[in-house]
Amino acid sequence: MTSTIERPPAAPAAGRPARPSRPKRDRTSKTENLAGLAMLTPAVLLLALFIFVPAILAFGLAFTNARLISPYPATFVGLDNFVRLFADAAFFRALINVGYFALVVVPLQAGLALVMAILVNKKVRGTTFFRTVYFLPVVTSMVVVSLLWLFMYRQDGLINVIIDRVTFGLVTGPDWLNDTTTSMPAIILMSVWQGVGFHMIIWLSGLQTIPADLYEAADLDGVSPWQRFRYITWPGLSATRSLILVTITIQALSLFTQISVMTQGGPLNSTTTVVYEAVESGFAQQETGYASAISLVFFVIVLLISVVQRFLSREKA
Amino acid sequence: MAISQVAIPEVAPASAPHVVLGQKTARKKRVVGIGGWILRIGLAVLFLFPILFMFVSSLKPDQQIFGDLSSIAAFLPIGNISMDNYAAVFDRVPAARFLVNSIGISAITVIAGILVNSLAAFALSRMRVRGKTVILTLIIATLIVPFETLALPLVWWVNQLPSFELTELGFMFSKGWIDTYQVQIIPFVANAFSIYLFHQYFESIPKELDEAARMDGAGWFRIYRQVVMPLSGPAIATVAILTFLPAWNSYLWPLMVVQTEELRPVMVGVQYFFQLNVSWGEVMAYSTLITLPVVALFIAFQRSFVNSIASSGVKG
Repeated sequence: MTSTIERPPAAPAAGRPARPSRPKRDRTSKTENLAGLAMLTPAVLLLALFIFVPAILAFGLAFTNARLISPYPATFVGLDNFVRLFADAAFFRALINVGYFALVVVPLQAGLALVMAILVNKKVRGTTFFRTVYFLPVVTSMVVVSLLWLFMYRQDGLINVIIDRVTFGLVTGPDWLNDTTTSMPAIILMSVWQGVGFHMIIWLSGLQTIPADLYEAADLDGVSPWQRFRYITWPGLSATRSLILVTITIQALSLFTQISVMTQGGPLNSTTTVVYEAVESGFAQQETGYASAISLVFFVIVLLISVVQRFLSREKA
Repeated sequence: MAISQVAIPEVAPASAPHVVLGQKTARKKRVVGIGGWILRIGLAVLFLFPILFMFVSSLKPDQQIFGDLSSIAAFLPIGNISMDNYAAVFDRVPAARFLVNSIGISAITVIAGILVNSLAAFALSRMRVRGKTVILTLIIATLIVPFETLALPLVWWVNQLPSFELTELGFMFSKGWIDTYQVQIIPFVANAFSIYLFHQYFESIPKELDEAARMDGAGWFRIYRQVVMPLSGPAIATVAILTFLPAWNSYLWPLMVVQTEELRPVMVGVQYFFQLNVSWGEVMAYSTLITLPVVALFIAFQRSFVNSIASSGVKG
């Protein structure tokens, strides 16, 4: 973010009172300290109350049998929740599902977003129009997008009608969300459709940091578009790349809304996710202790993956 | 949604490099150029048509929606067009109430968020406060925690918090924030990323400005209010948008902490449509209804939206 502030002309030193003497300065810095603390208090208090406390609670509750609403106080149960968790087939299914989802979505969404960013970075007519249209699904809530696609994915829905038309009736589309083999791919396709515009903008801001004279020099040398990309654009995006990788991964692992609206984890757990399992046990079954254990395991996984990704992208840079 | 009719400010005119190219390169460039246009338009169709389909379907009776699927009519507002679905939505769901709730919740979260986070950032950027670096580090550290991991312990926690109401008898204490407006607002006011954005922006405002103001006897709060904030328009817009979008779109959180119908936000209203017989025209009408305010804001403040997302790329 660049500042566009004009510096005011330096105030003339003459006619100003002399610098405050030493004791007065101490007093100002004490009031400054107090005023500063007062300004910090609301934010710090709220962050402590709604981020630090629940984070610590997640650790604490994971080792208890706490329930959301219960007449009995929570008691310490040691590793019981974790023992139960690692014996839970649905939880393993959830881990596999989010792993599958992330492995497909991360390269697909990042790659498509980069292509789109390059397309709208060219200064041709209507660039702003295309940028706006590509970005439209991002401002549309995931709940609405899920509803819309739930309708389009029906056996007799728009997507199957289009498949039928395009192939002249040779291919009959599946019942996307009610078939264990197509349910996850269907969710993946829709999620990329909704989220790709977001990462297009982030790539775009990375593209705009690449100095234009590099491209001008390349044009003088008459390089091919591929060489331009390979030797100027790609190396120029290394910082943006690792950032996009981390954000898409975390977003993919946190998959929840689409599942809650469209499939409720089904059919046969083929679309259940870690966050969905946590919400099911913590909210629907009111087992806060068990849900906290799931949240804790999830947090450790997210943390590990982002640390590994950071490490790998730093090595290459 | 007449996106295509919106006047769009053109980007700075391209300065075409006047370079004599070899015949072969020129042809190659043209092929790439045409390919680029096909891709651009193809992608635009892919992103625009589902949204167009949603809007057009919201105007048609169910029978016609399914009848139109196999032709281009699926994307055209033709045939038996009416606002009947919208009327039915208001019968099935207290949609007006939900809209008012969501507008109120988002607006208060945005305003309080701008105030609380900019004040904190101002103190961190401008003032000598003891333990400043530790506080800043702790604030930034909260960025690594995805909300989804905190949500469930947080439900339990807000259920333990004391709540006080003003009744005829004076202040009344009760336990639990479940089923209130405040539980949908207060946890989302302070935001480490907003503080970070304000902090970055404030750092770019010359400190000589507040020194001059201090010479004139201005207090710290006055410098914040009359010097720094008036110069921070872009940062305020960014924070406003990045706070508004999740507030308007919030679904998981109100699903868990709000049971009373009168307090529900728009996204939770979606559940009403799958209880008995599903009318897809109504679902599409409700979807359009809760999307329209955001799309309108987006088109009005397009540049700020794009800038705010671009700056969220700084995160991490």
